[in-house]
Amino acid sequence: MTMSEGDLAVTEIKFVRGATIAARPPPAAMTGALGWLRANLLSSPFNIALTILIALLLAWLIPELVKFLLIDAVWTGADRDACREVVQHREIGACWPFVWERWSYFVYGSYPIPQRWRVDVFFAMLAIGVVWLLWLEAPRRDLGSVYFFIVLPITSFILLTGWSAIGLPPVDTALWGGILVTIVVASVGIVCSLPIGILLALGRRSRMPAVRLFSVVFIEFVRGVPLVTVLFMASVMLPLFVPEEYSPDKLVRALVGIALFASAYMAEVVRAGLQAIPKGQFEGAMAVGLGYWQMIRLIILPQALKITIPNIVNTYIGLFKDTTLVFIVGIFDFLRTVEVARIDPKWAAPVTSTTGYAVAAIFYWIFCYAMSRYARAMEARLAQGDKR
Amino acid sequence: MSAAGNSALRLKPSQLNTPVAVELVGVNKWYGDFHVLRDINLKVMGGERIVICGPSGSGKSTMIRCINRLEEHQQGKIFVDDVELTNDLKKIDEVRREVGMVFQHFNLFPHLTVLENCALAPIWVRKTPKQDAEDIAMHYLTRVKIPEQAGKYPGQLSGGQQQRVAIARALCMNPKIMLFDEPTSALDPEMVKEVLDTMVGLAEDGMTMLVVSHEMGFARQVANRIVFMDDGQIIEANVPEEFFNHPQHERTKLFLSQILR
Repeated sequence: MTMSEGDLAVTEIKFVRGATIAARPPPAAMTGALGWLRANLLSSPFNIALTILIALLLAWLIPELVKFLLIDAVWTGADRDACREVVQHREIGACWPFVWERWSYFVYGSYPIPQRWRVDVFFAMLAIGVVWLLWLEAPRRDLGSVYFFIVLPITSFILLTGWSAIGLPPVDTALWGGILVTIVVASVGIVCSLPIGILLALGRRSRMPAVRLFSVVFIEFVRGVPLVTVLFMASVMLPLFVPEEYSPDKLVRALVGIALFASAYMAEVVRAGLQAIPKGQFEGAMAVGLGYWQMIRLIILPQALKITIPNIVNTYIGLFKDTTLVFIVGIFDFLRTVEVARIDPKWAAPVTSTTGYAVAAIFYWIFCYAMSRYARAMEARLAQGDKR
Repeated sequence: MSAAGNSALRLKPSQLNTPVAVELVGVNKWYGDFHVLRDINLKVMGGERIVICGPSGSGKSTMIRCINRLEEHQQGKIFVDDVELTNDLKKIDEVRREVGMVFQHFNLFPHLTVLENCALAPIWVRKTPKQDAEDIAMHYLTRVKIPEQAGKYPGQLSGGQQQRVAIARALCMNPKIMLFDEPTSALDPEMVKEVLDTMVGLAEDGMTMLVVSHEMGFARQVANRIVFMDDGQIIEANVPEEFFNHPQHERTKLFLSQILR
């Protein structure tokens, strides 16, 4: 009787279900490696063509890369002769001894050699702070944020610039360089831009005209000007208006410029998120008696920031790479140190520049990809609240 | 409509000698040029239950949203529990602490669990210790018969369950007055009853309620008075028996003939 029910439903007017149909596992073609392949790589003729095209591209690109970076690479040597085809009589890939020798310059710039341990301590403290803050199961994360947002900036400042009273000789920021500068500029930009951006975004939606006007003017002005211009204005025009002795440090001016620039972009990213929150959420929060800042902090921002994570990280990645533009006001960031090192006559060889740029590419890619992966993991974690 | 059908008379004393809970005096409101509330005068006594009905766009929702200042009125006075609603933010906060609201689309906070939704306001607004606030939350979740859902997120619940959470969330602030803005309009038909039953339970406990609803069975059973609105004005208000059996105004008769078949 149960076998014929399906037929009954189509042919007869009267139908009453006897036994309910139990759930069955999906057909084999939908599961396993084969199912994945079929669904993701070979689902349509266009998809098949793309898969083949990309496979060919990878087949061409990867051996070339491996050949240059590893197989043909030079691993040891004292100067340019180790990396020149005319001397070695073989095909030459990456010139690694050049990187080994200039690596400390890439990391510290011209930071005085006896004081470089201070930079190492800074890197270690920053790494601890980042892990403490970003690892969601870490113990005492409240202490972690106090450490990251209060202790770390103050101690880093003292550590890196120096304080004679405690026996740390001052180091002029003009001597800073390399990865140190890139990390400092990027961290300050990343840490400052989100809170300032949030305030600007809220300001732009404020009911108070003065606040709204200020936010709009600030955002539109900063966004309407290239970063290079902002940096130029910060480093060239500011001294024209401010007396020499009050004029802040060159690096500080660049930091402020980058932070404000990133804030304006962040403000628009956050505003998009705020706009996506239904009016009912605001009303629900107000109706239970929450004040404005409680509503924003407890109800609106957690939801708005969650949906803007991809865009926030996109802005962060852009910012991280934009830090290279500080070279234009004479600050030696990582890319600039690579630039300087690659024209060193001691290592002048056809592959030196390529090797230097490869190192730079790998460095930036590692940081940006790490940000991207972390954001994906966060999204997946936050999406748990949405599951139905 | 509900299990509490026989208690209808007990629920509706004809005269209430309680203090005034909500009073609207000559309230007018405009959206731009559109005159959405016109000379609204309404006095709601403590413990009284008012059901407000009328066609869409008649200003019913706008009126009750003025009572907790989700909407601003331009003329007239609104008193809630003897506090006049003005631009004074302190007064507005004071009123919102005493007035609970339930929305058509629940407006639960999707990033918080059911328990956190309910405990949030006691913790942040009343400064109740977290453990006590969660006890209060569990008490009211039990009362709306879904304590077992406390750890879930709103998105995992059915519409009826979500609306009961919304009622519990409002009750956690121990309000003197409850506003309901079409609480069953967005629900699947099978879920309407569970929400109405919860509301009947509240009415039996003597809560002052203003309910915008087209659930006429509920109105008949629970309301002390029914208010009919059209074009931003109160057209007719009366006790349910009179309102349904002997409507006076032509517009009321037309409305009732459309919805009661």
